[in-house]
Amino acid sequence: MFATHLDKRVCTPEVEQVANRIGYGEGLLEAGEKNASVVALCADLTGSTKTNMFADAFPERFVQCGVAEQNMASVASGMAAMGKIPFIASYAMFSPGRNWEQVRTTIAYNDANVKIIGAHAGVSVGPDGATHQAIEDIAIMRVMPNMIVLAPCDAIEAKKATLAAAAHTGPVYIRIAREKTPVVTTEESPFEIGKAEVFVEKEPAHEKTVGIIVTGTLVHHALLAAKTLNEESIGVSVLHMGTIKPLDTKSLDAFAAAHDFLVTVEEHQVAGGLGSAVAEHVSATNPKRVIRIGVQDSFGESGEAEELIAHFGMDSESIIEAVRNAVN
Amino acid sequence: MHYVSHTEIKKIEEKANDIRQSIIEMLIAAGSGHTAGPLDMADIFALLYFNVLKHDPKNPDWQERDRLVLSAGHICPVLYATMAHAGYFEVEELLTLRKFGSRLQGHPHRASLPGLETSSGPLGSGLSQAVGMAIAERMDNPYTSKFIYCVTGDGELNEGQIWEAAMLAGKEELHNLVVIVDRNGIQIDGYTKDIMPLESLREKFESFNFDVQEVDGHNIRMVNDAIGKAQSVYGQPSVIIAHTISSKGVDVFERDFRWHGNPPGKGPEDRVPKGEQADAAREKLRTLGGMIIPSDS
Repeated sequence: MFATHLDKRVCTPEVEQVANRIGYGEGLLEAGEKNASVVALCADLTGSTKTNMFADAFPERFVQCGVAEQNMASVASGMAAMGKIPFIASYAMFSPGRNWEQVRTTIAYNDANVKIIGAHAGVSVGPDGATHQAIEDIAIMRVMPNMIVLAPCDAIEAKKATLAAAAHTGPVYIRIAREKTPVVTTEESPFEIGKAEVFVEKEPAHEKTVGIIVTGTLVHHALLAAKTLNEESIGVSVLHMGTIKPLDTKSLDAFAAAHDFLVTVEEHQVAGGLGSAVAEHVSATNPKRVIRIGVQDSFGESGEAEELIAHFGMDSESIIEAVRNAVN
Repeated sequence: MHYVSHTEIKKIEEKANDIRQSIIEMLIAAGSGHTAGPLDMADIFALLYFNVLKHDPKNPDWQERDRLVLSAGHICPVLYATMAHAGYFEVEELLTLRKFGSRLQGHPHRASLPGLETSSGPLGSGLSQAVGMAIAERMDNPYTSKFIYCVTGDGELNEGQIWEAAMLAGKEELHNLVVIVDRNGIQIDGYTKDIMPLESLREKFESFNFDVQEVDGHNIRMVNDAIGKAQSVYGQPSVIIAHTISSKGVDVFERDFRWHGNPPGKGPEDRVPKGEQADAAREKLRTLGGMIIPSDS
């Protein structure tokens, strides 16, 4: 049973397709309108990260840093020390990829009120190839004290996450994607930092049960998989972890207890990301089998987004197959 | 800051002498840490905290204060010692440097000690943070006279991030940014001219749209005048290249790069003066070779 707040078209061809970076752009603009302390910095990717929506509206509160992500991170830390709420945007591969130490020391260690936008994350950035496909960012960010890690599932949630980040005092990382992806949530869908949401409740009639835990734009694939499997003979629920850190352990414990085993789905290396976070927790509280779907210790490559999602075994068909194999 | 009289200069020199003595005591008590940079920057730190900075040691979060960002975090003994002598905390606390539970972390941690403007240690990022502070301040007040001072090392200038920050500072024409480079000519592995030549440093900074001055970093009046001039520059950030003698004040350590890092053949714990060397250093610092009369004599 799908949560009633989800878009009714979610499993139909009519589902709306919007890149979730648009949601970030709109969210940053609105945050800027609400609070004059919000400022934005970008490293020569203002248009493609959608930071231009803010930069055009508030040019006096925008700092173009040029292609210098390490400097950008620390400049933002300095601005936060003066009371600003800086958003820094680049591709996730460069920020927080290239500037990880600056993020760690000057933002996280200082507990600076800086928001880091990692755009074009995952293999779905597509034709640019492996150099631009950040599939390690969740791992390197969730290991950092003081850091909050968000991975919104669509454009609507990306906007909510951006506004929530602006309202939160302290460092936040938001992972967003380049490609258009289905809009699965609605304005009514709840979003709160640190809170997971059950998007699908398993069909109660089925004896065997599987809990899918998913984050980011792969939520749509998880929903499609759950629909198919529930129509067959496996009871499948879907828990969306919009926040990876702090992990919503209360929801996770309840979810783990209610299912025979868990499948995690993320557009990220299976090492260190959502799957690891889930396994780390449930192994200590309610040991369950955890099957991790994601990139299996390899780099990405060029291709179209959906082609790559399928190639790396993260699409709905792959999820269905993984669940069937595990159950049987 | 203001013009300094002969008497005031003498007082600042005496403060620098006190700071140097504290640095030696701190390093001996800690058993590790860096010696050369803290000693050679004592004159400039004394000048900054006792004549230049708008600050209030009893109200370290005062909004209108100038900011001093120590980019070269490893020379923090001079920052801690100066802050203690300026009244931020008791001088006795200096002896907790690098010890478990101390507010005086081996490299500065902003949240640990009121009055620190940032955490630093990994080189190069302090200048970026100072640039960020200067930009933020200028957003609120284009004609601000609140200054952001940033102290860097010279070995630190090997870091690419320094030049990223300099590029942005030059582009943004940050008149409220004053960078002071501790040009002591040494870094851990040797002399800067051998490890990674920096000259012409003046031309490098000039090409990034900085106003550049070079001074004798131990001449209080000269440094004070240079800071005054830097404050009067509009439309450009300023850099003062302060030529210093590494480990200044203890002649047996001076100009020897090994006092930045490890003496050859010995472990990291021997970076700091011990035993007879420490006694000699203390004695030397009592009078700075007879140039200064200790304040307690």
